[in-house]
Amino acid sequence: MSIETPIYMDYAATCPVDERVVAVMLPFFTTHFGNSASRTHQFGWVAEEAVDKARSQVASLINANEKEITFTSGATEANNLAIKGVAEFLASKGNHIITCVTEHKAVIDTCKYLERHGCEVTWLGVDASGLIDLDELERAFRPETILVSIMAANNETGVVQELEKIGALCHARKVLFHTDAVQAYGKIPLDVDAMHIDLMSISAHKIYGPKGVGALYVRRRRPRVRIAPQIHGGGHERGNRSGTLAVPLIAGFGAAAEIAGQDMAADTERILGLREHMRERLTAEIPEAIVNGTLQHHLPGTLNISFAYVEGESLLMGLKGIAVSSGSACTSASLEPSYVLRAMGLNDELAHSSLRMTIGRYTTREEVDYVVDRIRENVERLRAMSPLWEMVQEGIDLASIEWTAH
Amino acid sequence: MAYSDKVIDHYEHPRNVGSLDKNDEGVGTGIVGAPACGDVMKLQIRVEGDVITDAKFKTYGCGSAIASSSLVTEWVKGMKVSDAMQIKNSQIAEELSLPPVKIHCSVLAEDAIKAAIADYQKKHGTSEATPSTPE
Repeated sequence: MSIETPIYMDYAATCPVDERVVAVMLPFFTTHFGNSASRTHQFGWVAEEAVDKARSQVASLINANEKEITFTSGATEANNLAIKGVAEFLASKGNHIITCVTEHKAVIDTCKYLERHGCEVTWLGVDASGLIDLDELERAFRPETILVSIMAANNETGVVQELEKIGALCHARKVLFHTDAVQAYGKIPLDVDAMHIDLMSISAHKIYGPKGVGALYVRRRRPRVRIAPQIHGGGHERGNRSGTLAVPLIAGFGAAAEIAGQDMAADTERILGLREHMRERLTAEIPEAIVNGTLQHHLPGTLNISFAYVEGESLLMGLKGIAVSSGSACTSASLEPSYVLRAMGLNDELAHSSLRMTIGRYTTREEVDYVVDRIRENVERLRAMSPLWEMVQEGIDLASIEWTAH
Repeated sequence: MAYSDKVIDHYEHPRNVGSLDKNDEGVGTGIVGAPACGDVMKLQIRVEGDVITDAKFKTYGCGSAIASSSLVTEWVKGMKVSDAMQIKNSQIAEELSLPPVKIHCSVLAEDAIKAAIADYQKKHGTSEATPSTPE
């Protein structure tokens, strides 16, 4: 079988820029290089027009108004701006934030920073499916709660939270609802009104746009959300985020958003078909291959599977020429496996044994079959040299053994 | 992360994978590590007189852990038990060019051989050498 390697199956990490997006961006590097803040000449007007168009393209995908989009350098900045911006602006009203333990580090570390600066944070857990418990959320609200930050879709597992229900609970208590929608934006339908979302973090490079640009949606009506800027300067982006706008990147972001909207139905059908083909083959052909996270609330392209009794990093090492990611963080000094999988209650063997495959716009069925074959071969090979697999085959309960932790 | 050529060689062509009969009087078995830490090594030796005549391993862990245990089985074959006791993790780390985050793999391999020897000596009532306690 002739197949070109390396094979990219890590679209949740980043995507190639769509050729159609590149074509939109190019003139803004050279011919139309103006500063969108230059009001006195045509160079500035052309750039401003491009930014306005992109703002409207990015907004319309989530049923928002273009005035509600603040461009940032990416979603990490958007998460920082949303959470710190609200905490600072509403400091006189309250200091309590509710978030979740499986959030991206950009949210977790921002909340931890605020904990050191006078805020109180409630960290919601998740169940085995990866979802937060809405009753637990309801009980977590206090009079001084100012913000709930719950991600739309998890980057490791692809599990999608029940945004509409979370939004309704926040809305009823007049508490702002922020969602980190980096993985979900452009992949599944999102509606800021129907879901009562007040702030949303978005990134361009997860939807085949360029790296280095993202946005924060900030609701302007019912309620009008105000945030304290975190970067000060020339007052760009309605004062929310100063700094000369990255016009070529923003133009590309807009084009990528428009294409994502147009192609969403077709992309989803094709990508979900490939994902299911992969899942069915892996779980049928490899014993004790366990899918992590519920597939009932899920992104189409993400598949997180644990291959019990095989350590993830050694499995990755065998998958030469295949770009996937592992939930095992053996390379870090801590030797801690994925905190997301641990929060879902996975035992250590399974948490150390997970792979994340993310399928995207350019993945082919041949690539999926090739990757499945290589995974199966390597899991079989590594299990043949796994003492845990041997013990389990002998009927030994691993939990009954006193391990020498090191 | 980049692996050294020797780590890759041992990972792709591990030496002495397998098991010896752990109930055999001539066999010593050492199992070290924990699933929680992401690596478990089982190392077995067959001893005749005071010489290790065979060694087998099975490892659950990253490529460096597999390579460290594979290398140790290669080294101890034909070695006197007293010499095998002297193997230091730093020798393993140096031979495989392990980066600092992977040093624990070589420590585990040293512990594994010491644990296997201790098990053999326990069977024969000659446990003058105690295995080092894993840190």
